[in-house]
Amino acid sequence: MDIKSAAIFFDILYPEIFLLAVGMFILVVGNIFKNRTFLAYLALVGLIGALVLTLQQWNAPQSGFYGMVQIDNFSIFFNVIFLSAGIIATLMARDYLRAHNIERFEFYPLILFATVGMMIMASSADLIVIFLGLEIMSIPLYVMAGFFRNDPNSNESSVKYFIMGAFATAFLLYGIALIYGAAGTTDLRRIMTDLGYLVSHSGFFLYSGALLVLIGFGFKVAAVPFHMWVPDVYQGAPTPVTAYFSVAPKAAGFAAILRIFIYGLGGLNELSVIFWILAILTMSVGNLMAIFQTNIKRMLAYSSIAHAGYIMVALSVGGDGAVSAAAFYLLAYTFFNLGGFAIVTLINSRTGSTAAIDEMKGMSVRHPFLAALLALFMFALAGFPPTAGFFGKFYLFSEAVKAGYIWLTVIAVMNSFVSVYYYLRIVVVAYFGKADEEFAPVSFKPAIWLVLVITAAGTLILGLLPQFGLQLAQMCMFSFK
Amino acid sequence: MLETFFPILFLVVLAAVIAVVMSSLSVLIGRRSSGKDRGEPYESGVAPKGGTKERIPVKFYMVAILFIIFDIEVIFLYPWAVISDKLGMFGFIEMLVFVIILLVGYFYILGKGALKWD
Repeated sequence: MDIKSAAIFFDILYPEIFLLAVGMFILVVGNIFKNRTFLAYLALVGLIGALVLTLQQWNAPQSGFYGMVQIDNFSIFFNVIFLSAGIIATLMARDYLRAHNIERFEFYPLILFATVGMMIMASSADLIVIFLGLEIMSIPLYVMAGFFRNDPNSNESSVKYFIMGAFATAFLLYGIALIYGAAGTTDLRRIMTDLGYLVSHSGFFLYSGALLVLIGFGFKVAAVPFHMWVPDVYQGAPTPVTAYFSVAPKAAGFAAILRIFIYGLGGLNELSVIFWILAILTMSVGNLMAIFQTNIKRMLAYSSIAHAGYIMVALSVGGDGAVSAAAFYLLAYTFFNLGGFAIVTLINSRTGSTAAIDEMKGMSVRHPFLAALLALFMFALAGFPPTAGFFGKFYLFSEAVKAGYIWLTVIAVMNSFVSVYYYLRIVVVAYFGKADEEFAPVSFKPAIWLVLVITAAGTLILGLLPQFGLQLAQMCMFSFK
Repeated sequence: MLETFFPILFLVVLAAVIAVVMSSLSVLIGRRSSGKDRGEPYESGVAPKGGTKERIPVKFYMVAILFIIFDIEVIFLYPWAVISDKLGMFGFIEMLVFVIILLVGYFYILGKGALKWD
């Protein structure tokens, strides 16, 4: 027996290997040096380097590790989302952690390792490798949720996330086992080619497995009815971590769901009904619950559930157009959601802040520019033109209409109207709320400025010149069909 | 296709039957006994001293977790060692990378003082 190293192709994983190496380097260096201020920059170097390496792979689909790793435009598009979210979260985190006196250097390797896991999830064409990526992503996230080690809320957040995550993983693994039992392989391409035969011979196991896998990822992307953990976890975790949670793991979950359910198991048309129900439940419950929140972080948690519901519309529709609409939406969502969270981070960095909505009162007087940015991000979240939020929803819903899902679109648009209420309430509080006392000034650091500029630019550019982003998203295809 | 799973079904049924028969037989024909010694952990062994709800220092937990990591490393080394001549240089370098990653973790925990006993 001769094992051919030729079939492995390490070079397609250079971005992941680079991130991993930088993360481990930080772990070692952080223990040696007393002055650790440069470690955040080192993490940024790692993330930006991986971003450059990833972009070099654009438009050159490759496969390696015996077909288990699949680098195509789809995976690269999502890897860029994960890396951008990682860069923005790292920029936000440094000053926030310092303000709360919990800056430990382990934070940066944890973000890098979690990003590696997500990138593996998005670049994999094998159920077992997707599962491995999911675990590499999840374990650092559990630790990051509990980064306020002495705060019971943060501990609760971490434990809840861990238990629900472990629970979801069990569902996922059981589903993978059933699919393996039905198909005899975990390779999505082989499952896809043999799908007709598999359905007629062991359809029951295939469908049960697919549903269990869906439940497992439903927990990860916070689809209703698997969303119960979200508000508590989002509220208890440090705000930059919450920002990261609301974007990156969700995008990773959707990357895996799209790869599995639109391509691997795309032939199971009956699942469309399940996604239809999930989409409507998720967006309705998310939007309705968000109305009653008095804490910004909890409100944004429910809002992120609602946005997951909009993306689920694409899963119900299926097809190439829906995949690129979902990818475009996730890219746009990354910018405006992280922008919103950057402002919450600023508010929340002040001493004694609990991130209540009332803390926004008087913001427009003290920081008019910040209030204007807040309005921009909230309008984008609500889906107003000319922001990225509008075009994200527009492409998503027009794909649904094209495929004949009229009622789904009507309900989704109605949900968007509901969401306007609670997004604009924050803007109203920031502009017209009468403060009992002066709005305590927030301390601007260069890093948070950079975050605000990047996210606002992304929100506006994708809103004013949507063709550019959409063209990239339309190129974001799976390399196998 | 399902017929191939018949032996497993048979095993499940057999296990259930044995369990039910054994415990019901012991209920039906066994003798009842009671007394202080019945409640002991070892009916005819060493006499217990002290309660069971003692606190164990968390240090043991740390050592146990760290042990598992290196235990797994050894478990991975065995199958590699068995076919290392077939894997050749490629396998050797792969294993080296794996060991180096664990070594980084080892230096990290050393630096954190996780292995200091006091």
